[in-house]
Amino acid sequence: MFTTSWHSVNLTANECIKCNICTSYCPVAEVTDRFPGPKYAGPQSERFRENGQPHSPDRSVDYCSGCRVCNEVCPTGVRIAEINARARAQMVAEHGIPLRNRLLGRNELLGRLGSLAPHLANRSLHNPVSRLLAEKVMGIARHAPLPRWSETGTLHHWLRRTAAHRRRAERKVVYFHGCATQYYEPFVGQAAVLVLEHLGYQVIVPPQNCCGLPLLSNGEFEAAERYHRGNVARLAGFAWAGYPIVGTSTSCTLTLKEEAPELLDRTDSGTLALKQATWDIFEFLRERAQAGELPTDFRPLGTDAEPLVLPYHAPCQYRAHRVGKPALEILSWIPGVAVRESLARCCGIAGTYGYKAEKYTIAMDVGQELFDFVRSQGPGVRLTACDSETCRWQLEHGTGIPSRHPIEVLAAAYGLYDLEGRRPVVE
Amino acid sequence: MRTIHTEILVIGGGATGTGVAWDAALRGFRTVLVEKRDLTHGTTGRYHGLLHSGGRYAVKDPQSARECIHENRVLRRTHTHCIEDTGGFFVVTPEDADSDYPDRFQQACREVGIPCVEIPVAEALRREPLLHPRIARVFQVPDAAADSFLATHATAQAARQEGAEIRIYHEVTRLLVEGGEGDRRVVGAQVQDLVRGEPVRILADMTINAAGAWAGQVARLAGIQVSIIPGKGVMLAASHRLVNTVINRCKMPSDGDIIVPIHTVAVIGTTDVKVADPEHLAIEPWEVRYMLEEADKLVPGFSRTRILRAWAGVRPLYQENAQGMESRDVTRALALLDHRERDGVAGFLTITGGKWTTFRLMAEKTLDRACAHLGVERPCRTAEIPVPGREQGPYWLGHRLHEVETAQLQGELVCECELVTRDMLVQAARFNPTVTLDDLRRDVRLGMGPCQGGFCTYRAVGILHELANEPPEAPTGDAQAWEVAHLQSPRQAARTPTPDKRSPSSAPRPRPSPVLERTHPMANPNLLLRDFLQERWKGVLPILWGQQLKQERLDQLLYLSLMNVDHLPDPELVSPMSDFYTRIPTAETEG
Repeated sequence: MFTTSWHSVNLTANECIKCNICTSYCPVAEVTDRFPGPKYAGPQSERFRENGQPHSPDRSVDYCSGCRVCNEVCPTGVRIAEINARARAQMVAEHGIPLRNRLLGRNELLGRLGSLAPHLANRSLHNPVSRLLAEKVMGIARHAPLPRWSETGTLHHWLRRTAAHRRRAERKVVYFHGCATQYYEPFVGQAAVLVLEHLGYQVIVPPQNCCGLPLLSNGEFEAAERYHRGNVARLAGFAWAGYPIVGTSTSCTLTLKEEAPELLDRTDSGTLALKQATWDIFEFLRERAQAGELPTDFRPLGTDAEPLVLPYHAPCQYRAHRVGKPALEILSWIPGVAVRESLARCCGIAGTYGYKAEKYTIAMDVGQELFDFVRSQGPGVRLTACDSETCRWQLEHGTGIPSRHPIEVLAAAYGLYDLEGRRPVVE
Repeated sequence: MRTIHTEILVIGGGATGTGVAWDAALRGFRTVLVEKRDLTHGTTGRYHGLLHSGGRYAVKDPQSARECIHENRVLRRTHTHCIEDTGGFFVVTPEDADSDYPDRFQQACREVGIPCVEIPVAEALRREPLLHPRIARVFQVPDAAADSFLATHATAQAARQEGAEIRIYHEVTRLLVEGGEGDRRVVGAQVQDLVRGEPVRILADMTINAAGAWAGQVARLAGIQVSIIPGKGVMLAASHRLVNTVINRCKMPSDGDIIVPIHTVAVIGTTDVKVADPEHLAIEPWEVRYMLEEADKLVPGFSRTRILRAWAGVRPLYQENAQGMESRDVTRALALLDHRERDGVAGFLTITGGKWTTFRLMAEKTLDRACAHLGVERPCRTAEIPVPGREQGPYWLGHRLHEVETAQLQGELVCECELVTRDMLVQAARFNPTVTLDDLRRDVRLGMGPCQGGFCTYRAVGILHELANEPPEAPTGDAQAWEVAHLQSPRQAARTPTPDKRSPSSAPRPRPSPVLERTHPMANPNLLLRDFLQERWKGVLPILWGQQLKQERLDQLLYLSLMNVDHLPDPELVSPMSDFYTRIPTAETEG
């Protein structure tokens, strides 16, 4: 990818003062020599890339997981992860893309196909023979925590089923669920809808596309752009009408806010409207709380003597929103919950990175910091919390302890949701 | 005093001088070249890096343009690995839209024989998206970017392989003139070895003054008046390639009319100010401002992007009877002065004027004349025989990164900005004559990137310190397997040299440097450090704002706060370059 305009994120490479802070924080470079580090792969190598070269000069940038810890710690504002993503896109444009990455990028399609017959899909995928085959044939790591399709229907099924019970109100909010909630974890969406309704909102869930992030991370920019355009077409109208668009998947909301516009160099008015209207759900809830509109009718989830010890990890994709850790703040208001803040850099999975056979071990090594943190909280930990779906799966995979989205915890605190069974208390 | 006998003595280690030495050696002359500093320290290493198509001179100076397009084709064959085929645009900016120059330009290119095609503006903007969106017309010409450091090293190596001897840090102090009035003859020169502090006498049948902008000073040593008009040009480098095509403004040659993408940077050049002395390299604030304003007319926004550095070079312009002429109006054609005809002094030729692009042609003409003087007939072969290193193929921007990646040298980087590995540095220091870190900069691009030496200087100094303290019997690597023309290649440096693995050319190669004397700058890391920091600082000072200011602040913390380099031991130690680096530029332009 090359500099196409003065808006291009590539130009932030000029801000680099070579200080090495990114490299010393990079969780990937720390565990593998295959990735020489963000400074090297990003601003440094960027000066050696140009349009129309015989070929992309570097390959190691493909080992960037895109976790954005580098962006977070950069004192001068270099968009390192984005520079790397664009370099990968250039490689994909030149060399094509392996079938595996093509599949992993198509979360929405996979979700939709599997949901046609979720039992069958789960059984065919989640057995040792298939996983071994998938590793040998396609390079999808055999032990990586792939999700299971929801066998009780998608989020949309539930919304249709419960349409009569859904709240109608003057104040409206649009919910962006993302593919994982739609097809794998509809209960996260259910919790979100219940909480938003509890605040007095009518929740609109319009048809929507995949945000495009899996495609962006795998370098398929053209396909990602088609998805993004689809979302702009379907959602920008709500933005212009002044409706907040909230999401429970931190990477989806980050994509709508920043990643798609920046990586795809899109500055059209629809993209900008969507960007500005998009909120992470806890960012939104905290703002409501500051306005005094967050109900505080919490039920304790534990006792003072025996609180619910909840190790909470703010995913790196969430920290990239630069909104602090609103979920941490709000969870800490719930009586009987002892939230323990993880300062680990990354769980390792980074979207689809840890699914790839050659990167699985790297992802697990990166996540070790987080797994160790959870273990250090003692044997009584029954649940962990994390805002991003792939991170939760990785967290469960690495610790053996079930993980929840903070919105599930909050919904449970409002008495709307069964935290163990992962379903609404009343349908 | 030691005396050396040779047939041809060349004074000046720039493009022209090394070209002359190469040509002379290829014609079978015993040849010695002396240069008072490092190769390319003068104008050659201080230009923007354009391989002219000749388009720039087509209208105003057709002779110069013809020379350029001819040499453009030759050098792509002989110095392939030093040239990046960027292509060039001549663009008509909104400021120049009303002029008839574009039509005259197209016509003149046709007459001179420069392939010049007008392409749709949309096509040009697609290839160069940062170009001014309101340009009216675009002409495409075969301009290219040239690495004058590498090209000169490769040319010098070609000369060495034919038996020439290249002596750097040897300054001419006297020309040896024999005979009386009307029958005078230059028979050689006395030179001072600036590192050892020893005089050396070199006797030659023919002395060739290829000192470029300094040619007037050299000729004066023989009592001959050569009026060089030193035309200072200031250039600024943006920290990355904003364009990947050479962008010329389609109008009469003037200040700030070209952006050259060279290696990792984009260079805007230049001013043209007549100065009194070729050592006068001061960069005035107005020049910096002016270059940025002009750059914005080609690539709007250039002035707001990160500028790494400013530097000045001095053109060796020559015109007989040039009294009172502005340097911009002086011809860029080469000038060969036969002092036997012109001044009645035999055995002495001066070659000056010209462009980097025409250095080979200048050498050819000079040696043709020298042969005539010496009464021999030996044809020029430089247009046919490529210099060493050509097998690397044309240069491309990703070359170095690609080599670092394929050989997995990421952990070996000393200069991270320009991807200089430890081996590249060590081998250049061992096998290529080196006195200062700045010499290594010209060899391998050490410290030329955005941090301007911030992170590589201390590393390089540490490595050289280790090197200087190696016991004499320590293995020094194999000079035979090392090829100076590959000195910019991380891959060559990483190869384990074996004596059997010789590259095709087998003539004498640089020997490992002898054990350093205690006073040699390379044996004094504190001096190396001070010198290089001072040298880098000089070029950053004129552009100290914005992002580069942040960088310098960090560099300052590293060196002045953390390492306390202001108070290093041995403050009295100086290198032959220390004075040059610390000299404070002042405004003293002529007229």
